[in-house]
Parts: sequence; C-alpha cells; structure tokens
Amino acid sequence: MSHAAESKPRFAGEAGHWGADIRSDLHVRIEPCERGGTDIELESRVKPYYGESIRRQAEEVLEALGVRHAHVQIHDEGALPFVIAARIEAAVRRAGLGKGTRVLPDRITLPEPAARDRIRRSRLYVPGSEPKYFINAALHGADGIILDLEDSVHASEKDAARLLVRNALRAVDFLQCERMVRINQLPLGLEDLDEIVPESPDLILIPKVESPNPMTEAIRRIDEIKADYGTTRPIWLMPILESALGIENALPIAMASEQIVALTIGLEDYTADLGVVKTPIGAESLYARQRVVNAAHAAGVQAIDSVFGDVGDMDALRSWGLSSRAFGFEGMGCVHPLQIAVIHEAFAPTPTEIEKARKIVAAFNEAQEKGLGVVSLGSKMIDPPVVQRALKLMARAQAMERVASVAPCGEES
Amino acid sequence: MAILDKSELITNAVGRMVPETVNGHSQTPYMGVGKYHPLNSKASPPIRTAADYPANGDKRVSDLETALRKCGLRDGMVVSSHHHLRDGDRVALMALEAAARIGAKNLTWFPSASFPSQKGAIELMEAGVINHIEGSMNGPLGDYCTQGKMRGMGVLRSHGGRWQAIQDGEVHIDIAVIAAPAADPFGDCDGSHGKSACGSLGFALADSMYADHVVVVTDNLVPFPCVPWQIQGNNVDCVVEADSIGDPSKIVSGTTQITRSPDRLRIAEFVARFLRDAGIMHNGFSFQAGAGGIALAFVSYLKQMMKQAGVKARFVRGGSTKYLVELLEEGLTDYILDGQTFDLDGVQSLAGNPRHVATSPFTSYNYHGKGNFASMVDAVVLGATEVDTKFNANVVTHSDGRLLHGIGGWQNCLAAGCTILAVPSFRDRIPVIVDEVTTLCGAGELIDVVVTERGIAINPRRQDLIDAVQGSNLPIRPLADIKNDVERICGGRPQRPKHSDRPVAIVKWVDGTVLDTIWQVP
Repeated sequence: MSHAAESKPRFAGEAGHWGADIRSDLHVRIEPCERGGTDIELESRVKPYYGESIRRQAEEVLEALGVRHAHVQIHDEGALPFVIAARIEAAVRRAGLGKGTRVLPDRITLPEPAARDRIRRSRLYVPGSEPKYFINAALHGADGIILDLEDSVHASEKDAARLLVRNALRAVDFLQCERMVRINQLPLGLEDLDEIVPESPDLILIPKVESPNPMTEAIRRIDEIKADYGTTRPIWLMPILESALGIENALPIAMASEQIVALTIGLEDYTADLGVVKTPIGAESLYARQRVVNAAHAAGVQAIDSVFGDVGDMDALRSWGLSSRAFGFEGMGCVHPLQIAVIHEAFAPTPTEIEKARKIVAAFNEAQEKGLGVVSLGSKMIDPPVVQRALKLMARAQAMERVASVAPCGEES
Repeated sequence: MAILDKSELITNAVGRMVPETVNGHSQTPYMGVGKYHPLNSKASPPIRTAADYPANGDKRVSDLETALRKCGLRDGMVVSSHHHLRDGDRVALMALEAAARIGAKNLTWFPSASFPSQKGAIELMEAGVINHIEGSMNGPLGDYCTQGKMRGMGVLRSHGGRWQAIQDGEVHIDIAVIAAPAADPFGDCDGSHGKSACGSLGFALADSMYADHVVVVTDNLVPFPCVPWQIQGNNVDCVVEADSIGDPSKIVSGTTQITRSPDRLRIAEFVARFLRDAGIMHNGFSFQAGAGGIALAFVSYLKQMMKQAGVKARFVRGGSTKYLVELLEEGLTDYILDGQTFDLDGVQSLAGNPRHVATSPFTSYNYHGKGNFASMVDAVVLGATEVDTKFNANVVTHSDGRLLHGIGGWQNCLAAGCTILAVPSFRDRIPVIVDEVTTLCGAGELIDVVVTERGIAINPRRQDLIDAVQGSNLPIRPLADIKNDVERICGGRPQRPKHSDRPVAIVKWVDGTVLDTIWQVP
C-alpha cells in the first residue's frame, strides 16, 4: 500500500436516529482514525439489561467490516440486534470503509415458499427506515408484509434502509405473511436488488413500470444474483402501474415474465399523472382499474388494487374494498394493521354467495355421479362456466377459512 | 434511619429479603396469601366534644397556616393528602409548604399517591421538613427515593392496604388535609361539583374518620348543607378557602382516548375474546378495568361482544371513563361502582346518575374488613411492568429497580374471580415476560391469565379456565414459550441490573406484611 493511500483524508460516517421520540432504533457515529484501536462510547435506554451485549456486538461488527481504529459513538433507543448491525454497517460504509463486506445476522428458518397464486387480499406497507414497525408487523394477519424502500424512505436514507430491510429479511419472523419488498424505480432499484435478493424475499414490487423493459431488466439481475448465491427459492414479481402509459401497457407488462404473479395499480401517482383529484368514489380511475383487471386476467395473473390511505375512515375502506372485489380485484394494499380485518371481510365471499356456490357444486357432483352431461339445480340449467366459478369461489372461501371444508362428492342433499 | 434498618434483613415466605424494622416500626414479613390474621382491635381517634366546636357550624379559618397551628402541628407528625385531583392537585404541596413556614421538621407525608407535579416535595425533604413519604412515588420523587436520598424509608401500599394501615393503627395520621371541589363551612365535602370537580373523594374517607385532626381546603365554598356529602363535616376541624385547589386540565382529562397502537389493540381484543370464550361474559357478570389505553380498548371490544351476545353486566368497577358511562347509559350494566373518576363524562355521570355510585377503599379493597368488593368481581384487567414464568408480577418498578408506578388498587384487584394481566411481551428491547420479577408485588397464585400480543398464557393452577377455552381459536401458549420468543427477539437473556444492598422502600401486601424491598439504585 502506498504512503499516499494511507494518509488519505478520513471522514466520519453516521447512521440511524436517536431522541426522546425514537424507539427501537439507534444512532451511530464512526470517526475513523490512524491508530489507537476502537473506543466505543455507549448511551442506551436499555444499558442495564443489554449494555454489554450492545458493546460486544458493535465490536464484532466493526471487526468484521475491517474497522480497526475509530472513535465510535452510539445512542441507542432500545434497538434490536439486527437493527444495531444494520446501522453500524451503514455508518461504516458512509465513512467510506467496509467495502464489499456484509455483516449478516443469523437467519431464521423460513416458511415454505409462497405459491404463485396464493391469496393476496391484503399487503401491509411498512416503511423500510422505521425498524420499530418491523418486529410485530406480521402479528396482525396480513397476507403480505411489504418492507418499503421507495416512497416512504427519504432519498438520503436509501442506502441505510436497504441494509435494515436486508437484515430484517434474515432475522425477523414474518410468520405466515408473504415477505415482500418494494424496491425503488430502476436503475436505483437494481442496487436494492443486490442487497435484497440474496435474502430470498417471496415477492418484489417494482414501482412506476411503464413498459416490459424494467421487468426484464430486474428479472435478469435477480436471476444473476440467485445464480451467484445458488438460491432457488422462487421470487415473484408484482409491477405497480402508476401512470397513464403504464396502464396502457398493462398487458405486455403482465406478460413480460412467468415470475410476474400480479398486477397492481398506484392511484396517487396515476391521478397526479392525469392531473385530477383522487376521490373516495374513484370515478377518475374507473378506466385504469378496469384495464388493470382485464389485463391481469388476460395474462393469467392476479389483479390487486391500490393502497387505501385514509386510516381513519373504516366505512370508506369497506365500501372501496367491496367495489374493488366487484371489479375483479383479489386484494388491495393497506398502511395500518387496523385496515387488515376490514379488507379481508370485504374480499371474502358472502354467506349468500357461498350457499349458492355450494348448491351448484353439489348439483354438479350429483350430475357427475349419475353420468349426466347437463347440470341442473331445481328447474334451472347450470352452464359449465357457472360451475367453474362456483368451484373457484368455494376453494377461495375455504382458503379464507369461510367454510370448514369443501363438501366431498355426494355428501350434500 | 434507612441505614440502621439495613442490618436487620430477614427472608419472608417467598424468599424475598425484607427489613425487620422500617422507620422505627417493627414489621411482619409476608407469610403467604391469606396466612396473616392479626388479633388486635381497630385504631380509633380521640373523642371530641361538640362544645369545643362552633355551634353555628362555621369552622372556617383564614388560611392553611392557621388551620395547621390550630390542629397542633409539631415536628415528627404524620400529614396526609389524597390524589383524587391526580396530577392537578395543589393542596398537598400548599399544606406542606405552610408546615415549612410554621417551621415544622421531620414530618411523614402520607399521600394516597404522589404525582410528578408534586416534585416540590424534594426541596422540602432536602430542607428536613419531610423525613420520608409513605405512598406511591414515581417520576422525580421515585428517582429521589431509589437513589437513596430520602432520610426515612418509603412505604408502598395498595389503596386497600392504605385503609388497612390506618384502620389497624400502623399509620397514625395526625393531620389530614382534604382537597374538596365543593364544601360547606361545617366541613361536608363533595367531589362532583365545582370548577375542580373530580368525582369520588373515596381516598380521603379513611383519613377523615381516623385522623386526629382534619382540615378541608376548598375553592368552592357553598352554604350548609353541601350535598351529597362523601366526607362528613362531623369529622372536620377546620375549613380553608383557597383560590384554586388544582389545575382542572390535569384533574380529569377532557376525553379519554382508546389506544391506536395495533399491538395494544390486539392485546385488548384478546382479553375481550378470552372473557367471552371462557364464559365469564354472561348475564349478570361483573368486571373491572382501568383507564389505560389497553383497558379502554378492551371495554370497547367487550361492549361489541356483549351486544352481539345480548349479555348485560350487573356491575362494572371504575376508574370510570366515558366508555363505562356509555355501558351504563346503553343499559349494558346496571351499575358503575366507582373508585375514582378519570374524565369529564365520568364526573358528570357520577354527579347525575343514581346508578353511578362512589365507593371507597373500604368498600372495595380493605382486606382487614368483613369482606370487600374486589373478590366479588368476576374478572379484572390489569397492567404490569414485569411478569415471571411463575406468574408473579411487578407493578411498581422498572426492570432496573427504579420506582415507576404506585400499587394503586392493583394488589387488591388480584382477588377477583379471574385476574388478567394485559401486557406487551416486551417494550422496546426490555422484556416484560421474564425469569424472575425485579420487585414482587403480587404472587403468581393470584394471577390467572397473562395476555400478550404474542399469545395468551393461563396459569396451570386454573385448569377450569384452561378447560373453558378448549376449542376456541384463542392463541393459548405456555408463558415460558412467550418468554423464549421474547428472549430470541431481544437477543438473549438480559443482564440482571445491579442494585446496592441498601433498602430504600418496602412493598406491603394487602394485609400489612412486607412483601418485598426496593433497593438503592446507583
């Protein structure tokens, strides 16, 4: 190493947050120096319980990142270990050190990979820079948790949020929820993929897609990373259409890859693109939503509605969800756990629908048994598509635990 | 004094080291639930003669100093006050400051609870006016005590335990100072009317009956009679008028708010579902829940379930709030039996609805009585700072041993048919479900169910409850499993915080025995 390289100017790196209002996060400041080893100044809300553990972890992370001489200041507000590791790594990288090295927390055992057509009624957005929301996010029963790196993360925090989300995918138990990440619009999103893909999220949302190109580009990168790391767990994709052009290209986008399992729409950006006001009824987005539903069904993927942002108005959420289901959407996004139950209720088949479908299925089973080509219920003939729809509805009702189980052949009537 | 007591530690029935002598009084160590039966008679105040009081009933004096002099204030006396005005109270400090101006030293302050706004008491302790506080301490006063700066030792009692201590003669009150939102010149007091209305005055009732002298301070003097009187003027020595007895904005909240925290709502919903699915929620049942965010949300969930099932309660126990008042007004309960009143809806209801009844620690909680209401309640929902895997719980200290809360009615409520602790499994990185509680406030044998956001644990002693919820879809789990989850999330078992071997306060059980010790924290 040349003398010039050794004496290049050093600068401090900082990451994270602290203060009276901050919970479950920490602030780290790292000032590299020439010699003297690392000294760690620690202030922590949980010092009597985990002070030694935090100090030990900080030393281990710094050593793994090759930081040998530095002044380190930590203000901890009760951050969990995976957060501590991510914040220190972010501070080190911002100080221009630790290049090419990752310090990864232990990986929990992941549940079975998600099926491409699994139920996706609700997806709960969690800001990727707010670790306090991560740990209990899955308790509330959403079908999916989205760790968001895009709109909820300030431009200056993208690098740090990426590490937090990466660590969360390894260390946080998201139970039965589909583990989703919304990356940034490409090309920034490609940097997100580098950190996220090795941790095998179940699904990646790609925002502001207007043509098939970003999908194929993202998929190429994902496949490269998976090959590098030798991972085979499927990673599904959900493009978000948020502009007039994106809506017009819905079908080619949906058909860009086998890995795409759903199309969704972002109404905030879409209405902004049109220069119209987003209303609770949504007349201004009627065409766009119908086009998304149609394109999704044409491509054989799920149609998923936009996020409902008004956390205070459960009645409006309920009626939005009901109309959304009537349009042909299979789910929608939410920003608060209290919205989940309302959404699940709205997207569930009603008891009347279930009863009707049950009768049709029973009549179908009876006709099959008797070897009849024509299915009839009372005096009415039932067409094959009606039977298909009834079977689908019963399967869905069963998956949503609305019925105990689909009655086997012959048990009815 | 605290230092003298240090050498006399003994181990009580649950293995806790407790001082034998506290502030010069010898103590009985905790013997277990229901084991201690005192043989003495109740204490009683000296007999007074009506001839010594004005025949026209006018006991007004010009100010607190005059009142305290008239009551014979001397060094070393016990002066009591009450927390029905909560953090808005001005009367307790006014009285103690008046005592300081008279030159009194070495007083024992015996509040039913102290609040952060009374941190001025620290200066009075520094100046030697107050020797020590017997009553709950939190915030700055709690820190002052746990840092070992108080001369005497703190004594923490439940609301029922405070009545017991007065009644049994364990604490002899020389002068009680009662803040009254409405009073007449004879000393009759009511809490539900006036600009400082707070609802029930039940916390001051024992003091009015057992203290040698009683001073009433009011900012709303009405001509005799002040009705309804919860405090009887026949027990009162002097009445003092003041411009203000408290800050109304801190006496009651304008409205109490249900938590919006999804984790806490989940806990509240679990509690309500547990009561429903265990069959505790049945016609004619009763319950008690406080005014914390989880408790309020619990009431709201339970209300929906009661309506759905067509079930009505016979009575509910306050701390009353808007949410209990709504139950009463919608016919979902016959009565509110109210220990304290937390919001304006509660105050108005208590003043106007004959089915909203003020109670006292005597009726509700006193263990040395011929029964009390607490054990007649079907279910109670309480909080805790820590619960261990044997269901023992702590409600007074942080996990690092610093004083955080008073005991309040918590210990007394453990007598309910089904005692439920509704707690998050950890706060930030601090585990709530632990191997061993820092301070023992209630024995696990009295705690039936622990409800967390990660599942519900039923005490193995309650096979009846375990059987009752069989087949429900509640997430029932062993408490040790929840503890293991918490330790995995928090990154291992926490260090045991260090404390010194110097006791700074004791925790009494409801029968007056010493349950545990608070130690000086560096």
